[in-house]
Amino acid sequence: MALSKIWVHVEVSEDAIAPITLEILAQARSLTDQVEAFVGGPCADDIAATLGAHGVKKVLATGDLQGGMQGVHVAAALAAAVEGGDAPDLIMFGSTYDGRDIVARLSVKLDKPVVTNNTDVEVDGDSIVVSEPIFGGTEIVKTKFAAGTPALATFRPKSFEAEESGGGAAEAAELAVPDVGAAGGAKILDRHVEETSGPKLDEAAVVVSGGRGLGEADKFDMIEKLSKLLKGAPGASRAIVDAGWVPYSYQVGQTGKVVKPTVYIAAGISGATQHMVGMKGSKNIVAINKDPEAPIFGVADLGIVGDVHKVLPKLIEALEAR
Amino acid sequence: MNVVVCVKQIPDPADPGALNPDHTLKRDGKLILDESDTYGVEMALQLVDKAGEGEVTLVSMAPNGEVAGLRQALAMGAAGAILVSDDTLAGAGALDSAKVLAAAIGRVEGYDLVLAATESSDGYTGTVPEQVAAILDLPSITFAKEVDVADGTVKVRRQTEAGYDECESPLPALVSVTAGVVEPRYPSFKGIMAAKSKPLDTVTVADLGLDGEMVGWSGAGQEIVDVSAAPEREAGEVIEDDGEAHAKIVEFLDGLKVL
Ligand SMILES: Cc1cc2nc3c(=O)[nH]c(=O)nc-3n(C[C@H](O)[C@H](O)[C@H](O)COP(=O)(O)OP(=O)(O)OC[C@H]3O[C@@H](n4cnc5c(N)ncnc54)[C@H](O)[C@@H]3O)c2cc1C
Ligand SMILES: Nc1ncnc2c1ncn2[C@@H]1O[C@H](COP(=O)(O)O)[C@@H](O)[C@H]1O
Repeated sequence: MALSKIWVHVEVSEDAIAPITLEILAQARSLTDQVEAFVGGPCADDIAATLGAHGVKKVLATGDLQGGMQGVHVAAALAAAVEGGDAPDLIMFGSTYDGRDIVARLSVKLDKPVVTNNTDVEVDGDSIVVSEPIFGGTEIVKTKFAAGTPALATFRPKSFEAEESGGGAAEAAELAVPDVGAAGGAKILDRHVEETSGPKLDEAAVVVSGGRGLGEADKFDMIEKLSKLLKGAPGASRAIVDAGWVPYSYQVGQTGKVVKPTVYIAAGISGATQHMVGMKGSKNIVAINKDPEAPIFGVADLGIVGDVHKVLPKLIEALEAR
Repeated sequence: MNVVVCVKQIPDPADPGALNPDHTLKRDGKLILDESDTYGVEMALQLVDKAGEGEVTLVSMAPNGEVAGLRQALAMGAAGAILVSDDTLAGAGALDSAKVLAAAIGRVEGYDLVLAATESSDGYTGTVPEQVAAILDLPSITFAKEVDVADGTVKVRRQTEAGYDECESPLPALVSVTAGVVEPRYPSFKGIMAAKSKPLDTVTVADLGLDGEMVGWSGAGQEIVDVSAAPEREAGEVIEDDGEAHAKIVEFLDGLKVL
């Protein structure tokens, strides 16, 4: 059975569509030819154009939320649209800050469960079945929706490959936001964008991550230097994020970013399941660890049993000399 | 200033996880306080302390009557706790948990703020707090990395992809906090002793006026159809550093054309 219609949440970050939206759209297109998108905000022309190129025929846009939170407003608008008879079979969200807020509020409004953190979705007979990796990605659980449509699901970044399908700009339609009462009291007053240089962690072709094996915060310099030489992004294990050596935005893993670069270099990282779930999908993995028994070697294409304080400086020197 | 904190009691994350034959997460062993929730407890204690009045009440749902985690949070300084425990809760999904927690929070008189963690360590759906807010019809701010309360308003720095948003909400409200928002205290000996005599109400789903058929496994609206091992990634070459391992890495990177 092909699905009659799917809605996909459009995540907008710094005025551009986030990669996760385009990834999810590619998968949605494989399940139905009626893919519609919705956005908690205005639908700018370039957003409509990008969505169209990725197979979206219609974008439902709430217009400016005036600082109101995405969760409560977009969920109320979607619930009203569903109750108005315009229900899709499936509503897909990224496992992102706003995606989770909206889907959670919507699940209460529609009294339907959400299945979170999936990496795949398929149609089996007339059921929608999603797959979620558990226990650090060692096992895959498949869940069938049994509460009628629309099914609500969130998907982890990098689960699907984004792909343009060609197509003119998507047609914009209004997604009316009903009055949300007291629940709408929270407001965003100001947005801060942290300065970053180089490619983004979850988009870089090379990621160099450091862990507790670096010994002290200052030694993270080696990771920064190496990632710069490789035109990549620096990353980290949670151990050193919690220790305050680097900001949370560097964290790779279950509670951090999912990365799938061409090369992932793990230096002084043991390879806890919660770290590996965020990097196991990398095309190539290099690990440097002084403990030959470290679990990270179990997924490494090239493993170096050695001291990061010896290997990294020489590696940096060799690359600088090129 | 009265603060309710949702605290989850979970199997020790250091133990390997396991599933029951019906595919629900095994939770029959001893449960401990989810470390993620120690941040909410600490935040609540600090806010009440700063306000100079009020108290911190804990709310937890666990299928097997577990109180060890709640005692730990009481030892940190919370005044009392409500535990919802019931056989029907086995296999409860996020929405069910939220319905139960919201009903339990409803029993706390005159709360100003509800705190939870952004995600639990065992379920990590990250949806329960926002679902609780929706059921209680409260405004909410998720992913807080800084929280302050003044003049009936909660001010929050909310983590975003690109940095953070400066947010605020009138009270009562719900806020979910990230790990690291504050440094959780260790319970003192005095705190541990005091915790033993603090009020801890254990209630059932029926006590909360909810229909047991509607929450828990039977009402979950989803069905696990398969659990299988994920494809393993093959390990490659592992070499001992003889002082020249860096050259091996350069060669490897060269082969991938990333240099
Ligand atoms: C619910 C939950 C969620 C989590 N989410 C995440 C997450 O998103 N991301 C994450 O990373 N972790 C996460 N963790 C934490 C995870 O379990 C590990 O604790 C963490 O990944 C360990 O970080 P590490 O490898 O840097 O430190 P350690 O495990 O301490 O490993 C340090 C490694 O460095 C090696 N080493 C020491 N000295 C040297 C040297 N001189 N040269 C070379 N090697 C050396 C050691 O042999 C060791 O293998 C989570 C945990 C829980 C419970
Ligand atoms: N059974 C529970 N008892 C108390 N609090 C819970 C429970 N389940 C979830 N929570 C709260 O909601 C947060 C997010 O949980 P989750 O949605 O499972 O990731 C947790 O960190 C807790 O603060």
